[in-house]
Amino acid sequence: MLKKSPILVCAVCGVFMITQYFITAEPVTDLYRSVLDWMQIIFVCALLVGIINVILRQVRMASRPGRERIYPFITLFGIALMVILGFGWGIARGSPFLWVFDNLQAPMQSTVFSLLAFYVASAAYRGFRARRAESIILVLAALIILLGRVPIGEIVSPHVPSVVGWVLAVPAVAAKRAILIGIGLGMTATAIKVIAGMERAYLGGR
Amino acid sequence: MGGGRRFFARAGSGFLFGMAILFTLPEKAIAADWFAAERTPELVAVVVCAIAILVSVYAARRRRFYVRPLAGLTAIDDALGRATELGSPVVYITGWGGDLARPTTMASLAILSHIAERVAAYGTRILFPSHDPMVASAAQDTIRQGYMKAGRPELFRAEDVAFVTQSQLGYAAAVDGIMSREKPGAVFLLGTFEGEALILAETAHNVGAVQISGTDSTIQLSFFLVACDYTLIGEELFAASGYISGDPLILGAVRGQDILKIIIVALLLLGVLLGGFGVDVIADWLS
Repeated sequence: MLKKSPILVCAVCGVFMITQYFITAEPVTDLYRSVLDWMQIIFVCALLVGIINVILRQVRMASRPGRERIYPFITLFGIALMVILGFGWGIARGSPFLWVFDNLQAPMQSTVFSLLAFYVASAAYRGFRARRAESIILVLAALIILLGRVPIGEIVSPHVPSVVGWVLAVPAVAAKRAILIGIGLGMTATAIKVIAGMERAYLGGR
Repeated sequence: MGGGRRFFARAGSGFLFGMAILFTLPEKAIAADWFAAERTPELVAVVVCAIAILVSVYAARRRRFYVRPLAGLTAIDDALGRATELGSPVVYITGWGGDLARPTTMASLAILSHIAERVAAYGTRILFPSHDPMVASAAQDTIRQGYMKAGRPELFRAEDVAFVTQSQLGYAAAVDGIMSREKPGAVFLLGTFEGEALILAETAHNVGAVQISGTDSTIQLSFFLVACDYTLIGEELFAASGYISGDPLILGAVRGQDILKIIIVALLLLGVLLGGFGVDVIADWLS
């Protein structure tokens, strides 16, 4: 029963969520809104469990000797600081909470994001090594696109920008749509398998 | 009662239960225009998809279907073996973009259940940092079950499967830190990824891990293709669970997807043909 109940709940909710999309009757839309509210409530509860999980994990890590002991202390200090600032002075404009967010967290996020520039270069270097036929096609396509996106491309040949436009509008879109159709069908099949109780990985089993 | 009948009984009872809820709603509340007529094409598509997949699943119980080998999936055992030989852990990431309601995350958890069983059999650690507490909770159950199936529940470490943060770049930094400290032998990037995809894939490469990736995001897919050792493209991610397990029901669903692809291609060709004669009935119906 313990195993069957979640499958039944999932099947009923799945069928309802599909059905409500096609039905405009008020009770159904009201029920749909209630389901969305319940999803928010469940998420907040799960978030609370997640935060407790993070704190316990960091405390455990902090209690272990080693060079990396400093990191959990920083994390715990950050959590405590934001909680104190948030409850003590609020989160409105001009509050210490928002100051910390704007002047510490935002720059740190920008720093991590800026790493992408270097990673794009290193990934491109590896990806564009023309070792196989596929890599050669990739390199050629990249060269054509790059050439068409800089002023020198038009100097080389006035046809280069139009070739680039064709590559982006026809073969690239065709490939992208083929992948998207596959993904859409995969998602549909997975949803049907979950609703029918065939896919049970989310319950911790098959 | 056979497995196929049981499956149809379950699917049918779920459907009937949902319908019963709808039809027992107060009668006066259901106005004449209760059906969203403009969504008829989507309804037809849903019904056709459901029929194609359920029929294929039923047929798969009688006859085993061939699924072409996927390089990314055949490499899973090698990657796990390598991590075991190195004595290093395996890192499994479902990405920052997907929650538990997303089919991609479900498909990824299905793959995780197989990988968890294998790492448990090898005695290797698996680390699962998550951006979503609900995904972390589901993954914890999935991995614990994998260790139990392998007969080694004592090796499961709950602290290895944890919620990290909801911040996208904070998550990327945290996972980068985990990979830099733990030096995993294999990294699985299977799920919905956004801007953090390349940061994670490149860090995995820098620590010398085998990267096996797959995502439903076409933009991040291009990053994975150049940055990772193996990439599951498009629907391969959703077929992976059936391929690894060999479960006829899941393989049947894969065949159902192929049938639907044929139907879509036929519709496209018919639409182009009719469009050539100035008849836009299919284009109008689908748009």
